[in-house]
Amino acid sequence: MKVNEYELTDDLFEESGKAFEEKRITSRPSSTFMKDSWLRLRKNKGAFTGLILIILIMFLAAFGPYMNSHGFDEQDLTRTNLPPKVPVLENLSFLGVSGVDIRGTDQYAAKEVPDYYWFGTDDLGRDLWTRIWQGTRISLYIAFLAATLDLVIGVAYGSISAYYGGRIDNVMQRIIEVLMGIPNLIVVILLILILKPGIMSITLAMVITGWVSMARIVRGQVLKLKGQEFVLASRTLGAKDKNLIWGHLIPNSLGPIIITTMFTIPTAIFTEAFLSFIGLGLQPPIASLGMIVNDGFKMLKIYPHMLMFSSVIISLIMISFNLLGDGLRDSFDPKMKK
Amino acid sequence: MKKYIASRIGYMLFTFLIIVTFTFFLMQTLPGSPFNDERLSETQKEVLNERYGLNEPLSVQYFKYLGNITKGDFGVSFQFDGRSVSSIIGERIGVSAILGAQSLVVGMILGLFLGIIAALRHNTFIDYGAMVVAVLGLSIPNFVLAGLLQYWVGVRLGWLPVAFWEGFEYSILPTIALAAFVVATMARFMRTEMLDVLGNEYITTARAKGIKEHTVILKHGLRNAMIPIITILGPLTVSLMTGTLVVEKIFSVPGLGEQFVKSILTNDYPVIMGVTLFYSLLFIIVILIVDLLYGVIDPRIRLSGGGRREGK
Repeated sequence: MKVNEYELTDDLFEESGKAFEEKRITSRPSSTFMKDSWLRLRKNKGAFTGLILIILIMFLAAFGPYMNSHGFDEQDLTRTNLPPKVPVLENLSFLGVSGVDIRGTDQYAAKEVPDYYWFGTDDLGRDLWTRIWQGTRISLYIAFLAATLDLVIGVAYGSISAYYGGRIDNVMQRIIEVLMGIPNLIVVILLILILKPGIMSITLAMVITGWVSMARIVRGQVLKLKGQEFVLASRTLGAKDKNLIWGHLIPNSLGPIIITTMFTIPTAIFTEAFLSFIGLGLQPPIASLGMIVNDGFKMLKIYPHMLMFSSVIISLIMISFNLLGDGLRDSFDPKMKK
Repeated sequence: MKKYIASRIGYMLFTFLIIVTFTFFLMQTLPGSPFNDERLSETQKEVLNERYGLNEPLSVQYFKYLGNITKGDFGVSFQFDGRSVSSIIGERIGVSAILGAQSLVVGMILGLFLGIIAALRHNTFIDYGAMVVAVLGLSIPNFVLAGLLQYWVGVRLGWLPVAFWEGFEYSILPTIALAAFVVATMARFMRTEMLDVLGNEYITTARAKGIKEHTVILKHGLRNAMIPIITILGPLTVSLMTGTLVVEKIFSVPGLGEQFVKSILTNDYPVIMGVTLFYSLLFIIVILIVDLLYGVIDPRIRLSGGGRREGK
């Protein structure tokens, strides 16, 4: 071999030896997108706290109602409006869980109730601990159902619209534009007025306009992706439209889809609570968190415990989902790598 | 640009037409008639139906309804004898507007301040503190915040009046409850935009030229960061609208939101429909203004086909 008149012989080269080998070994094992995101998420303290809180709240919503012997619609007029009382913690008076109300009388002694009500009781003598977790369960159920339906409709609509493009896209986008102009809440209120308030009607009312933002996001993602080479390569190899959409385009848009869902959930919980609040919520004896908050307002001045516990829990749910959503947004976005 | 404006206005009218049609047919499906008073005889009912045009075919009624709405006539309330819905709206809207404007102004100023401070002290204790406040403001539902304020500041501490609307001090607690969301949205928005803008080369250039730091931040940074602010106007309007329903109910403020909730409880359908249409119109107009202003202020949007920025 000759380069610029110089003969290149083997003795001109040095073996790289160990230094080269070591360099190769120190390279990291390859990591998938999800693994990478998980690592980044774990470093985000806020998001991780949110995740743990969500798991804890879901656990309590599932098993909380069985932790004591009181039923959620068990009324007993001899034990109405009891302040909270928790074993052991009742000895620490500053926590306010000693069964003493705000005027300083021990309601448990006065009403001769031997039981402990961890969150107190309401105006019909129902145990608030059981009711609140039962309500959390219903609120979460509505929120997850709405989020799932939004997800399915939004992903299907958005990906079809973007993938086929042209006239189909044009028509589908015009429909979305009209829907975007209609205030969400107005549609929800009007629909609940004709449908009877119930878990299904509330969920449906939220979904009717709720899927639009998901569809827009998926459409944006698919539009960006469908021009890329790997899609072209797959198409050249004979992949069908369905396989392209489900196998390539949607998995690659998973990040934004998950983030949007994470923000749909707190919005749905808020909407449901809001509806209860303006008198369009579920009918008793079923209770959602929003209804318990609403009931709490009736006797805010004398029995604040009814409002306090339910509002703390609804706020905690909202905060943890928002924190997790923010954290996921950061960890799915490779540009945020620092 | 003219074509763009025309198409946007066209969309707005079409959307409103859909909402009106939707509400009209909804009203038809609702049970009951406004004249089911037992003291009325059959002939009296007929006369009343005749007078309000309720015995005409549905299509005629529909076009009459459309015509009335263009004249600003939303019908007559069931609950308040013979009072027109528009007069109820007119009477109630003032208080809500004051409350909304007050919250918007206070919230925007506080949020702006918080966001800028957070961006300038990026990744410090101040930044984290500001963002904690923002997450709390975004997450805590307005009725919870209103309840807590009412209980702690109003009842326990007794600093401010708990309810009603009889002077400025009565508006403080409702304003705080409404402004929290505005502060949070604004602070997060300003922080992101400021960080974005401050990383630009023209900021480095300005600093290299020896311009004073506050001039760099206010003139070069803030001005450019403020451009996309109109995109959050949509979500803010929605939050203020829904917020007034709840907050006015809690604090017994005699505004439009409180009337709306009352009408839902008493099944006063004409008022519900009228207020709904009114809110929709308000929302559609805000969206239209946002779209148009955005095209005017940021030429990049206009060139790329006039799509609206994600604003939810």
